Amino acid sequence: MSGGELLILLALALPLFAAVVTYAVGRMPDVRETLTLVACIALSIVAISIFMRVGQGDPPELMLAQPLPGLSIAFRAEPLGALFAVMASVLWGINSLFSIGYMRGRREAHQTRFYTCFAIAMFGVMGIAMAANLFTLFVFYEVLTFATYPLVTHSGTPAARRGGRIYLITLVGASVLLFLPGIIGVQAVAGSTAFTPGGLLDGRVDPVMGSVLLLLLVFGAAKAALMPLHGWLPNAMVAPAPVSALLHAVAVVKAGVFTVLKVSTYIFGPGLISTLPAATWILWVAAGTIVTASLIAMTKDDLKARLAWSTVGQLAYITSAAMLPMASGLVAGGLHMVFHAAAKITLFMCAGAIYVATGASRVSEMGGLGRRMPWVFVAFLVASLAIVGLPPMAGMWSKLLLITASFGTGEWLTAAALIASSMLSLVYLVSIAFRALFPPIGDGAAREFVRPGGTPATALVALCITAAACVVLFALADPLARYLAPMAAVNFMESAP
Amino acid sequence: MIELAALYVAPPTLTAHAPVLAIAVPLLGACAAALAPSGRASWVISVIASMVGAWMALAVAGEVMRENVIIYQLGGFAPPAGIALRIDAMGALLALLIGAVGTLGAIFSGHSLVAEVRPEKHTLFQAGFLLAQAGLVGLVYTGDAFNAFVFLEVSSIGTYALVAAGERRDRRALPAAFNYLIMGTLGATFYVIGVGFLYAATGTLNMADMAARLGTLDQSAAVQAGFAFIVAGLGLKAAMFPLHGWLPGAYAHGPSLISLFLAATATKAAIYLMARFLFEVFPDGAAFGEAFLDWVLAPLAAAAVIICSAQAVFSSELRRMIAFSSVAQVGFIFLGFSIASADGLSAALFYIVAHGLMKATMFMALGGFAISVGARRLNDFAGIAREAPWTALAFAIGAASLVGTPLTMGFLAKWQIIEAAIASGRVWMVVVMAAGSVLAVIYVGRMVEVMFFREAVPGAPRAKESPIGVLVPLLVLAGLSVWFGIDASLPQQLAQSGAAGLFTVRP
Amino acid sequence: MNWLAAHFNYVVVVILMMAGLFIVFSTGNLIKRMIGLALFQTSTGLFYISLGKVSGATSAITLDATSVDGKALAAQLDPAYVERFGVDGVVYSNPLPHVLILTAIVVGVATLAVGLAIAVRVREAYGTVEADEIEALSRVTAEQAEPAP
Repeated sequence: MSGGELLILLALALPLFAAVVTYAVGRMPDVRETLTLVACIALSIVAISIFMRVGQGDPPELMLAQPLPGLSIAFRAEPLGALFAVMASVLWGINSLFSIGYMRGRREAHQTRFYTCFAIAMFGVMGIAMAANLFTLFVFYEVLTFATYPLVTHSGTPAARRGGRIYLITLVGASVLLFLPGIIGVQAVAGSTAFTPGGLLDGRVDPVMGSVLLLLLVFGAAKAALMPLHGWLPNAMVAPAPVSALLHAVAVVKAGVFTVLKVSTYIFGPGLISTLPAATWILWVAAGTIVTASLIAMTKDDLKARLAWSTVGQLAYITSAAMLPMASGLVAGGLHMVFHAAAKITLFMCAGAIYVATGASRVSEMGGLGRRMPWVFVAFLVASLAIVGLPPMAGMWSKLLLITASFGTGEWLTAAALIASSMLSLVYLVSIAFRALFPPIGDGAAREFVRPGGTPATALVALCITAAACVVLFALADPLARYLAPMAAVNFMESAP
Repeated sequence: MIELAALYVAPPTLTAHAPVLAIAVPLLGACAAALAPSGRASWVISVIASMVGAWMALAVAGEVMRENVIIYQLGGFAPPAGIALRIDAMGALLALLIGAVGTLGAIFSGHSLVAEVRPEKHTLFQAGFLLAQAGLVGLVYTGDAFNAFVFLEVSSIGTYALVAAGERRDRRALPAAFNYLIMGTLGATFYVIGVGFLYAATGTLNMADMAARLGTLDQSAAVQAGFAFIVAGLGLKAAMFPLHGWLPGAYAHGPSLISLFLAATATKAAIYLMARFLFEVFPDGAAFGEAFLDWVLAPLAAAAVIICSAQAVFSSELRRMIAFSSVAQVGFIFLGFSIASADGLSAALFYIVAHGLMKATMFMALGGFAISVGARRLNDFAGIAREAPWTALAFAIGAASLVGTPLTMGFLAKWQIIEAAIASGRVWMVVVMAAGSVLAVIYVGRMVEVMFFREAVPGAPRAKESPIGVLVPLLVLAGLSVWFGIDASLPQQLAQSGAAGLFTVRP
Repeated sequence: MNWLAAHFNYVVVVILMMAGLFIVFSTGNLIKRMIGLALFQTSTGLFYISLGKVSGATSAITLDATSVDGKALAAQLDPAYVERFGVDGVVYSNPLPHVLILTAIVVGVATLAVGLAIAVRVREAYGTVEADEIEALSRVTAEQAEPAP
């Protein structure tokens, strides 16, 4: 077995192995937590190795099984996927660190089930990241859905079960009704579902059929939370904060937009997309999603709900990027995937830390808390600014690229939506940090800690790391964009203004 | 990848006679079982006879892939005077399914009968079970139209009595069996009338011969009448909507073994026979044939998918739910047929096997639960996964295959049927199938949620894990759904070869 | 009238078939349904045998022309045929449908036996053989099996 094959096999086997082992040692929490962290570190190393190999032009590949001729479970790392894999595995580690603090701090039940399902979810993510064809991606996409269901319904309350049901119904329903027929359609038209540079369907499909397939595949990937299939995301907020962090930043929604990006880049290709009327329709829907979600976020008092609606909007950014008939849009989408992940996971971890320390979950309860929990709210501020897209946070680069790309292709609606949502996120996100850190004199005293010692140490460390990442990534934006450029077969520098 | 053509499971002398042995051994086993001194002894006979039958079916399958078609003259008399068995890949595939489910069911019956059937009836029950198997294998192997009727009735009459044997636990098994008898006999008799018309028109009963002679006769009224009667009769047997009224009762109230066996094999054999007539005996391009497929079969199949899936969603008894689901899945299979292409037929055949395995798994798991608790309504199964985890796991695998979860055979089956529909331009069919799949997700989701994610009702009788004698065949069945979901080469080669054989251009 | 005479058998077949089917579907009494079924199956027997009859032919038992019985039987044949074919060239009706219907009759008897046996057991279990009463009692069984919460 070649080195590349071994790497891919490891990337898949490690989280699965971690799941089994975590389940087995469930009675010994310290061992369990240590093993989880070890697995995260190991996986990150493997993912980074794959990342390096792809960068050197030697992408690892692996073919696992072939149920039917023409259908195979195969893996092939390429720039976007490798980046996603690295991001997911690193964030898994950080989220695990945070989870340890959160779960112990709240003395949550079913912790073993939590860590086990998390590991299985990561197995799904790795499969999605490295899939070589749509069929493989679909298989692991479903694995992810089912692995995260017990996480969403973790607390077992009727509200949690209801949230879980909506989660499952929306995701599975969209997969079965839309995504799967789309995949089969691609197979019927092209004879395979392999991800091909330049687009598998390019030249093989007329605009009508192409539009139909595009609509099926983009709306079918309901994890990307494009309206009207976004309902599951706010409803999934019944899950504990580490799960929300996973959902929003590490795995689930990122898998959704990753799917949209892969489909746009490697199944359709930028050339074909520019000829499809459906791409424009999706752009309009995405623009509507961005603005609507931002407006709704402003009305929410529950912090996690607000963050959830913010995510819905941010995901639509990436979907827009994929639909822009311009190659650099794809690169911008990929970058935003990473930058948003760093920022959102910070925000969710802050929300979790606040909840553990003070029991507060509503924005109105958080006035003045910044004095008691300075690190948390500084991190919150940094991450919010990244979402808004101000320098020196990484979010600035992806947003800038997106706005220029949309101007460049004449998509005024998209550009307007992007700018509007930046303004709105100033209001609904940054204001929280400001009210906490610099409360107006009239507000009463800040809440007391319900947990002696405030935020758990591991949680604090985790969210500080990711907040720092938001800033560090700012400097890394250019190398990353250059890394992603081959996927769109375009030279980054030439398409920047 | 399993290459059937390279598979030699029996010495050549045995393989030469494997077709008739696959029928004769279970038949003789039935006699032996009826005369057995005890229930245990009859169980042993049943298991051995089923295993030998399945082994012979495997030998035949290998031989068919090598030879393309096997013709076995019974008694050495040549057709059209004598009766010949004519086995192609399609028949071999069905016989493998019957053999596999029959053997695993026989093993399962050891514990299941003790729980569900009166002790004094065990020997006769096993005899009936073997008789049903023999009849079904004969049906899929024979090349003679009337002989098909005989085997059809041999197996059906056996199953009427077997369904009634469930009355010890649920007296509703009796009227259900009676209803099944009436409808089944009507179906078989319609079939016989149809064969009579064809015999009058062609003068032969051998199906291959009939096909050749019908080529010159297609528009005569006798042939059309024969076609109508045959299709109606076999439709009754195959539970084609709206002729499916007997099925929910028979599956819901009969013994678990019979539900699993019927769901996996009986309706499928009738579908097999219908495919033979539709695509082989009646000439290609017969106007009434195409009109029937497009205007009768396809809409009825679509109605089956939607209406029966909806009925499954609204059922409260678990076995009834699964029974309605079976009718809906048969609708899927008929949709594949109505595409009338090699792809469509191959996908339909593959689906037949996938459905057989998944339903057998689900009913066997329910049988495993039934050994310890008498739960009937869905809500009574709450939390049963904690008490009987392996059984529940097998049920979940069958359910996953039903829904079309990737890495199960059901997924590949759905994939192929939808692909065939898209390739032939029938987009409406894709919409219907997608809607049916969503409904399936709903009712299956309910089942899985109740079993796995709900707390058991306090005070309800606690279930126990199934005994090893049940777990082994159950997990093998579930494993088959998964194995063929990852490496579908074995059923796929038979399905494709069979379909290709039926669609070769005839001069 | 001529047509009726020529197709008399088939008309009877249709009448029997429809009568049998009507009985099966219209009555709720299990025994009566079995009778209807038997009537229906009889009509198919008649159908097949009518198919097998060759006009002017004798029954499907071979004649030995040299035996006394053979000659006696030959004397009973239609003289026109004897003129055309001689006793040796006698035309028989098709025996195959007879064989088929023998088989079908056996199947029918077996079905009847099983059906009546089930009807007997139904009577023991329910106390009635009327379908609507059975239905009502079955609903009671269903409710008893799952006591209301």
